[in-house]
Amino acid sequence: MAQATRKKPVAKIAGAAVSTRIAAQSHFRTLRLGTPLQPRIDALAKTQDWYNWAGYRAPHSLWDEELEYFAIRSQAALFDISPMTKYRIEGPDAEALLNRVTLRDVTKLKSGRVHYTAWCDDEGFVLDDGTLFRLSPSHFRLCSQERHLPWLLDSAVGFDVIVEEETEAVAGLALQGPTSFAVLRDAGFAGVEKLKIFDLADFPHDGGTVTVSRTGFTGDLGYELFVPADKALSLWDRLMTSGEPRGIRAIGYTALNRARLEAGLIVANADFTTAEHAIRADRLRMPDEIGLGFMIDLEKGHFNGRRAILEARAKRKLRYVLVGLEIEGNIPAEHAIVYHRKAQEVGLVSAAMWSPMAKRNIAIASLARPYGDTMVEDLWVEIYAMRELQYQKLMKRAKVVARPFIKLDRRTANPPADF
Amino acid sequence: MTSFDAIVIGGGHNGLVAAATLAKAGRKVLVLEAGSEVGGAARTEEFAPGFRASSIAHLLNRLHPDVVKTLELEKHGLQFGRADFMPSVALSKDGPPLVLHGAYGEVLTGASSSEQSAWKELRAQLLRYAGILKPFLSRRPPDLTGMSLLETASLGQTALALKKLGKEDMRDFLRVLLMNVADLLDEQLADIRLKGLLAFDATLGSHLGPRSPTSLLGLYYRLAGETGGAAGAQVLPQGGMGAVVAAIRASVEKVGVTIRTSTPVAKIIVEKGRAVGVALDNGEVLRASTIVSAINPATTFLDLVGPREIDTGFVRKVKNIRMKGDAAKLNLALDRPPQFSGVDAAGHRSRLVIAPSPDHVERAFNPCKYGEFSPEPVMEITLPSLADPSLAPVGACVLSAVVQYAPYQLKEGWDAGKPKFLKAVMAQLESHAPGIGKSVVHAELLTPADIETRYRMPGGHWHHGELQADQMLVSRPVSGWSGYDTPVEGLFLAGAGSHPGGGVSGAPGLNAARRIIAMKG
Repeated sequence: MAQATRKKPVAKIAGAAVSTRIAAQSHFRTLRLGTPLQPRIDALAKTQDWYNWAGYRAPHSLWDEELEYFAIRSQAALFDISPMTKYRIEGPDAEALLNRVTLRDVTKLKSGRVHYTAWCDDEGFVLDDGTLFRLSPSHFRLCSQERHLPWLLDSAVGFDVIVEEETEAVAGLALQGPTSFAVLRDAGFAGVEKLKIFDLADFPHDGGTVTVSRTGFTGDLGYELFVPADKALSLWDRLMTSGEPRGIRAIGYTALNRARLEAGLIVANADFTTAEHAIRADRLRMPDEIGLGFMIDLEKGHFNGRRAILEARAKRKLRYVLVGLEIEGNIPAEHAIVYHRKAQEVGLVSAAMWSPMAKRNIAIASLARPYGDTMVEDLWVEIYAMRELQYQKLMKRAKVVARPFIKLDRRTANPPADF
Repeated sequence: MTSFDAIVIGGGHNGLVAAATLAKAGRKVLVLEAGSEVGGAARTEEFAPGFRASSIAHLLNRLHPDVVKTLELEKHGLQFGRADFMPSVALSKDGPPLVLHGAYGEVLTGASSSEQSAWKELRAQLLRYAGILKPFLSRRPPDLTGMSLLETASLGQTALALKKLGKEDMRDFLRVLLMNVADLLDEQLADIRLKGLLAFDATLGSHLGPRSPTSLLGLYYRLAGETGGAAGAQVLPQGGMGAVVAAIRASVEKVGVTIRTSTPVAKIIVEKGRAVGVALDNGEVLRASTIVSAINPATTFLDLVGPREIDTGFVRKVKNIRMKGDAAKLNLALDRPPQFSGVDAAGHRSRLVIAPSPDHVERAFNPCKYGEFSPEPVMEITLPSLADPSLAPVGACVLSAVVQYAPYQLKEGWDAGKPKFLKAVMAQLESHAPGIGKSVVHAELLTPADIETRYRMPGGHWHHGELQADQMLVSRPVSGWSGYDTPVEGLFLAGAGSHPGGGVSGAPGLNAARRIIAMKG
């Protein structure tokens, strides 16, 4: 009896502890998280075509991927970029830390500006690429594909700086396309016309602030908007309302992926394997091997990977090159093998499409040097076109061409045009 | 202002050896020592009026023969013969002590005849196996990415030496390599006094108990050292360890090295990935094309170079070097020589070890895993003034002991813990040398925290990084950078934190200097 009375409260406490624990572990009940904008996305998701973006339920398409693509190029497209990994890096040493971590010279990035950058491990292999927003002299936002908090925190040893993940706290929206400026202006973002490409500024919204930058992943006129998660839905509604007369459409990733390919932009873990994901030693890539060599600033002082990059350059240890290809015909060469003289395998296409804007069959490919570097003649791609349960093997000539594949004046025009 | 080819940071014995070796190769070398005199933790210091003792290291058992040769230390008065070899006495509370004579027990007394023959066999085996590792423990570790012909050849020689062991012996070598010392001792010996002594020696200076995996490596490391050409031999230098450093210093000065004491370095100046000089505490800047850091690797990179000049991955590795010491140093000024029970006059001039059994050593280790000191610590004791009366006033005596286990991060803090630990140490001594407590004129106990402050050894660890399998050879001080060169061009490491490790060997300093000379052709 005495035993029973002693046991009872213990069991009660244990039961309470277990239920608290289970409550705190509800993450497994939702295998793909929703973003702060999920209610609006879900309402528009006619295709129910989802994919996993960094743990979030993100749409491949919402209603029609072709028309979604054309919304980017001829109207205004709204794309939820909330799942993008975002870090707040703030403090007196924020600039110094980012200068040590990333490739480009952060001292040259003025307050109110954004630049595209990348960062490497000690061996000079690319950990990720991303965009760095300088919100104030001592406050930055780093956006990227992969997660890097341990790396950033370990990098911050010896720096007076705060590094904090803000992926969940901050929602993001990309508004891209020729009418995007007009949509913003009509939504009441007074002064947004002053933003030049890669500029950013704060605007009032719903009793709070939204940070608008003239940036994007489409090669088109466009903006990215960052807002506290609880103001995300009102921002969406504000843009959708003002954009309606100008053909604003919500889009999924497939459409965006086409636009970015035309713009010649690369995607981490699609066009190259990031260093922390690569299992095979020959999958690691240095910036010079994926077309990011232009970011490397050897004059700015030490940065992660500098020694290894210098050595690879000096000892000619760079083994790959990432190129743009123009392929004859109109069949997309997705994941096609690249040959030299139709015989020797020299690389692989990582992204390909028929470009409606360029009216060319374009691709991004990684080749083993010297092919694509000094040897650019006589390159071919082998396309396997499935035609009613039979492969039609096509050997098509490929020409190394400059990226971007399309250049739109409206992307950089000042003031932005009113369509 | 005179210009120098190389600046050596740290005038410990490794820094001095590196400086002398570089100077002999024609370099103009400057040594910067933060303390008021060179020698680091291998000095002879006055700790009470008229009483002097070796600072931390108090026995010489691994000064590398190449160091002796390169620095011509014999000419500078450092010469040892068989007569100098110091026996080891395993003290026992109930019964006569057991004594290892000559070079690590060439003769064993105080044990049964069957134990004597078992020891003879085990000793031969230990020396044979330590002999295989010895070349590894003296040369630069093999460079796994691009091995030179010479390196390949020397690795081949080791393979050959292994083969020469014979099939059975080779298999056994590989079998026991990463074993714990207690299990190996249990296989071959019966006398717990002998086993206790060996268990103590295997774990001295590391965060391991005799039953911790790989603890046997510590014994091999010890036996890979030699004195006067005899493996495992130990000597007590006349004048204390300071005499060894004095000989090294004399040699260093003879080859024209400039030494500046009381000159702490505040910063290693790096420009475009290259070390180009140092800035002193007083703001003075000294430039040289080669900077040799013979101080702690973590201090070198995290404090002097700073994380901004090195890659994040490397900072991670450096921060992860384990270096929390467990050994304390006790210096006692006694008004008369102590009398250890059952020990004769010769015995008192030996190394006296309190480690009654492997179990005792293990039990002494247990609390330190949880941030507590051993209530019954194990220790090695020397009475240096018996052989060298200059160390103490007439009729008085110096006792110098290394005591384990005293964890660097004592849970209650050393301010509160130190008096309690001293009491435990004294109780242990009293039980072996009754009356010693009453003869104490002054007691100086240096905990790892004290050692850290006084000798600038982070964690108070005399190896400047745990000497265990994962922090040895190609992983010392960190993987990928074991060859004395560093990610900062022109900056080299030359201290105990580098391969092969600590103890007064001079090997890291010598190897580093040789590497620098070889690199520049």
